Amino acid sequence: MTAFTAPIAADLKVALFATCFNDTMWPETPKAVVRLLERLGCRVEFPSAQTCCGQMMTNTGYAGEAVPLVRHFVDVFEEYDAVVAPSGSCVGSVRDQHPMIAHLAGDPGLASEVEGVRPTVYELSEFLVDVLGVTDVGAYFPHRVTYHPTCHSLRMLRVGDRPLQLLRAVEGIDLVELPGAEECCGFGGTFAMKNSDVSVAMGTDKAAHVVETDAEVLVAGDNSCLAHIGGILGRQRTGIRTMHLAEILASTKEHPTW
Amino acid sequence: MVTQPVQQTSPTFVGMPKFPVAAREALANTQQRANLHNATHTIRAKRAAVVGEVEDWEALRVAGAAAKDEALHHLGDYLEQLEESLTARGATVHWARDAAEANRIVVDIARAKEVDEVVKVKSMATQEIELNEALEAAGIHAWETDLAELIVQLFGDRPSHILVPAIHRNRTEIRDVFLREMGEFGRPAPADLTDDPARLAEAARLHLREKFLRAKVAVSGANFAIADTGTLVVVESEGNGRMCLTLPETLISVVGIEKVLPTWDDLSPMLQLLPRSSTGERMNPYTTMWSGVHDGDGPQEVHVILLDNGRSRVLADSVGRQALRCIRCSACLNVCPVYERTGGHAYGSVYPGPIGAVLNPQLRGTASEVDQSLPYASSLCGACFDACPVRINIPELLVELRGTVAEQGGHRAESAAMKAAAWVLSDPRRLAVAQKGATTAGRLIGKRTIRKVPGLGAWTDARDMPTPPKETFRQWWARERGDATTTHGAADPGGRAGGIPTTNDGTDAGGER
Repeated sequence: MTAFTAPIAADLKVALFATCFNDTMWPETPKAVVRLLERLGCRVEFPSAQTCCGQMMTNTGYAGEAVPLVRHFVDVFEEYDAVVAPSGSCVGSVRDQHPMIAHLAGDPGLASEVEGVRPTVYELSEFLVDVLGVTDVGAYFPHRVTYHPTCHSLRMLRVGDRPLQLLRAVEGIDLVELPGAEECCGFGGTFAMKNSDVSVAMGTDKAAHVVETDAEVLVAGDNSCLAHIGGILGRQRTGIRTMHLAEILASTKEHPTW
Repeated sequence: MVTQPVQQTSPTFVGMPKFPVAAREALANTQQRANLHNATHTIRAKRAAVVGEVEDWEALRVAGAAAKDEALHHLGDYLEQLEESLTARGATVHWARDAAEANRIVVDIARAKEVDEVVKVKSMATQEIELNEALEAAGIHAWETDLAELIVQLFGDRPSHILVPAIHRNRTEIRDVFLREMGEFGRPAPADLTDDPARLAEAARLHLREKFLRAKVAVSGANFAIADTGTLVVVESEGNGRMCLTLPETLISVVGIEKVLPTWDDLSPMLQLLPRSSTGERMNPYTTMWSGVHDGDGPQEVHVILLDNGRSRVLADSVGRQALRCIRCSACLNVCPVYERTGGHAYGSVYPGPIGAVLNPQLRGTASEVDQSLPYASSLCGACFDACPVRINIPELLVELRGTVAEQGGHRAESAAMKAAAWVLSDPRRLAVAQKGATTAGRLIGKRTIRKVPGLGAWTDARDMPTPPKETFRQWWARERGDATTTHGAADPGGRAGGIPTTNDGTDAGGER
């Protein structure tokens, strides 16, 4: 275990931003983040006052409703060296949209607080590779896996191949490339409901590419996208499992996640 | 003599249904799906190749955006300079506040020339103002000379793409319409026409040539209008533009006011950005530039109509105005996963795809059902922003426009739901209470798959629903870690890393997707 401890880890005051969706629907993901980061030597806190980044309101046209959530977010997280979230989408919202919402609120104080917190908020793969400086996190996952880069990780955060660097270093993994990987899966938040026909058409093509790979597991950095693709894979009885990146990285021989 | 025009189908977009309804119909059109998939993926690959070979594409994008921004930030000054330069070189400048004014000016000029037909260079501005329909109403036939626009016109169809308006048609369909319709409008297609692209192009060439040679008046748009030299620029591939811009005696150009560029030098980034982004070529085959009237060379009467039609209103919006940088390259359409599947007609406008989802509600306002629905016709995947040669942040603009639509009201249930969600989510205690509903459901459902939820058919018609967990993360944390928010990891002797349960036995699972 020591071999995988990141030297800098113990010096950082790290907060887990579980995100409201993961907290409510996919608790195994934030649990995996806690297990993984502690294994790497981090002290992880879960500030229990945390709620939501406000992305759903903002992206649906109700940015005004997101103002108190942004205010709450900076209040909860401003005292930490690093805030880590297992969601490219929610981190994208904090990084790209919170300044706009603070501006909309006409509150310069909030805007400067947002500017203070924003640079400390990391998507999981960014935190591991850029802050802790690790790619081999000592994980073991002996399955055939394909990775879908979610749009906000890819095009808002520009995480690039960080998740793949982490996955390639996992012992036992059979990592196969997903055709058309960079194409959106069609989830898109409320898009999945408001334009469900187009959303399903996009998701069906994504699912077909996943099936083509013969993977047992589809992995991504956002459970919302996985719920959509997985919902289609399940409906088609493909037998392919979806898992968050954190759950694969947390997996060890002693404590396998699958 | 000109044959009678046959305009069986209204080619306008008036009264379009909202996007999700039109999209559902388009998704069921299997021929169109196949055509669009092939076409968008081909152009995508070509664009990626020629953009990839540019040493610093990003610097070029920044330069292009900066040139457009400079023009937009001082638009009044540059437009006046453009008018002066054009007038000094013998052109006549007209100003049109809206479509009706612009159409009336064109019709009046054509009538003064006593013509019953005009030839047209492909132009988005004239499509936007529905000039062809206005000319037809005045008894003047407008012949589209761009190959794809000709195809659309022969079908009595609507354009479905900015650059390749007949992208929804394949070559077999094109052969059939050539054989069926060309003779109605002029020289018929050869009876033994095949679907070989070269044969199709040849048939179009012969059909159009008699129109080029006969026409006294041409109508065009312009890709760029240079303020300091009074030069209009048309960028094209087929040479039909060159024919229209040089052969007829009178040339009328309808130019959106956002097309102005301050100086001749600003063309440099634009002419590098546009062809690579639109056709995936390093350079387009024909670039025609003209400055006013030259004795004995080219059109002897040159009119330029500067068109507002909603643009100055967009300019007043500090976030939204970046959409006026658009150079109509259609790179955003070609990379858009929504456009790829629905095609252009579902957007209810001559401007489809991501930029159309922005421009239409901006230019037309958000009064109609389709314009209210367009800002939501995107998964916000961001591929459009990445592809845009002038760095228009389309996702940001879509979100802004969603705000405009939401403010109008009309979505009462949604508005109430968002307010309720915000109320719950602004306080962790309220969130914890709300989460009990999920975990109660999770306990009741156990590990069964959710295939149907009343009222959530939009999700469950084609997708299984994620099963809620029996315990939220927050509940687990409180149970496992007590009230303490801090834990120490392996580096700390008092750490509780060993206390983290594994999930392979499924005992505390739930949360399975």
